Amino acid sequence: MTIETTTTGVLVLILIMTLVTLATRFGGVFIMSFVRISPRIESFINTMASSVLIAIIVPMAFEGDAGALAALSVTAVAMLVLKKPLPAIAAGVFAAAAVRYLF
Amino acid sequence: MLPISLFVVAFGAAFGLAAVQKGLAPLDTILMSTLVFAGASQFATLDMWGAEVSVIPVMVVVFAINSRHLLMGASLYPMLKDVAPAKRYSLLLVLTDANWAIAAQDYQRGNRNLEVILGGGLVLWLAWILGTWLGVYFGGLLQNPKNLGLDMVLGCFLLAMALGGKKSPRILVAWVLAALASLAAWKWLPANTHVVAGALAGGVVGFFWLEKKPGKETAGETPT
Repeated sequence: MTIETTTTGVLVLILIMTLVTLATRFGGVFIMSFVRISPRIESFINTMASSVLIAIIVPMAFEGDAGALAALSVTAVAMLVLKKPLPAIAAGVFAAAAVRYLF
Repeated sequence: MLPISLFVVAFGAAFGLAAVQKGLAPLDTILMSTLVFAGASQFATLDMWGAEVSVIPVMVVVFAINSRHLLMGASLYPMLKDVAPAKRYSLLLVLTDANWAIAAQDYQRGNRNLEVILGGGLVLWLAWILGTWLGVYFGGLLQNPKNLGLDMVLGCFLLAMALGGKKSPRILVAWVLAALASLAAWKWLPANTHVVAGALAGGVVGFFWLEKKPGKETAGETPT
């Protein structure tokens, strides 16, 4: 099922995203008032939450140009060294700009 | 809360910038930040944005990224169970990583700090909207964002979020499987299913491989 990004289409998409997010904000407390979330489910959620980010980035790197690859590698190294997201992102963006300017 | 709010303004600006480049109208972008108020998931959906958007992948991605709210909410249950339902769920409207972290810490020290959830949450929410507005505004002024590397804000943001979290052998195995599953799906399955495939592949690792001691921390994402 797809939605065209017309004026109403975009509003519907934003509304869907809002409702799904709301379900996650309310869900934890709501479920806990009936049953305890098991460690297994907690572990599933924990690994899924970061795996989804990896699943977006890896194909992005595969189809990207040299600038994209430079941006992602520099961000990764900067993040592992500095452990601060904002400088890491800035360094990545700068690397993309530099590579595209030079080559 | 102030330094975190400044971070959130900066991230909001990055989101506004990326959204405008993906062709989202300024008002729609600000509306999305106002209503959804969950940075990483908003960034991730931009990756799937186009003339047509597949609904199920968007729902799965938003759910997967924001599923950490489930764990955050569950951990707050002891301090919220005696609060009247209307008030309880109003507080949860602005539940996000930073105000949860502070409230959870306070509760471990024995304080039931509901004010920080509400007050902190509202400040972060306004910071996120303000930041988005700034990004949308300045993003619209730029002539050729790709030359400046600004098309990579999205990818760099998501990568920084992933690497900023907790890393363990279990997480690394989950990531490798997620990467392989997403690449395979990206090559051979319909568009945008790669994100779902990767998320599930990673989640399965967590389902079968539990950490020895019951973890007190949830997915370590940075503010927003």
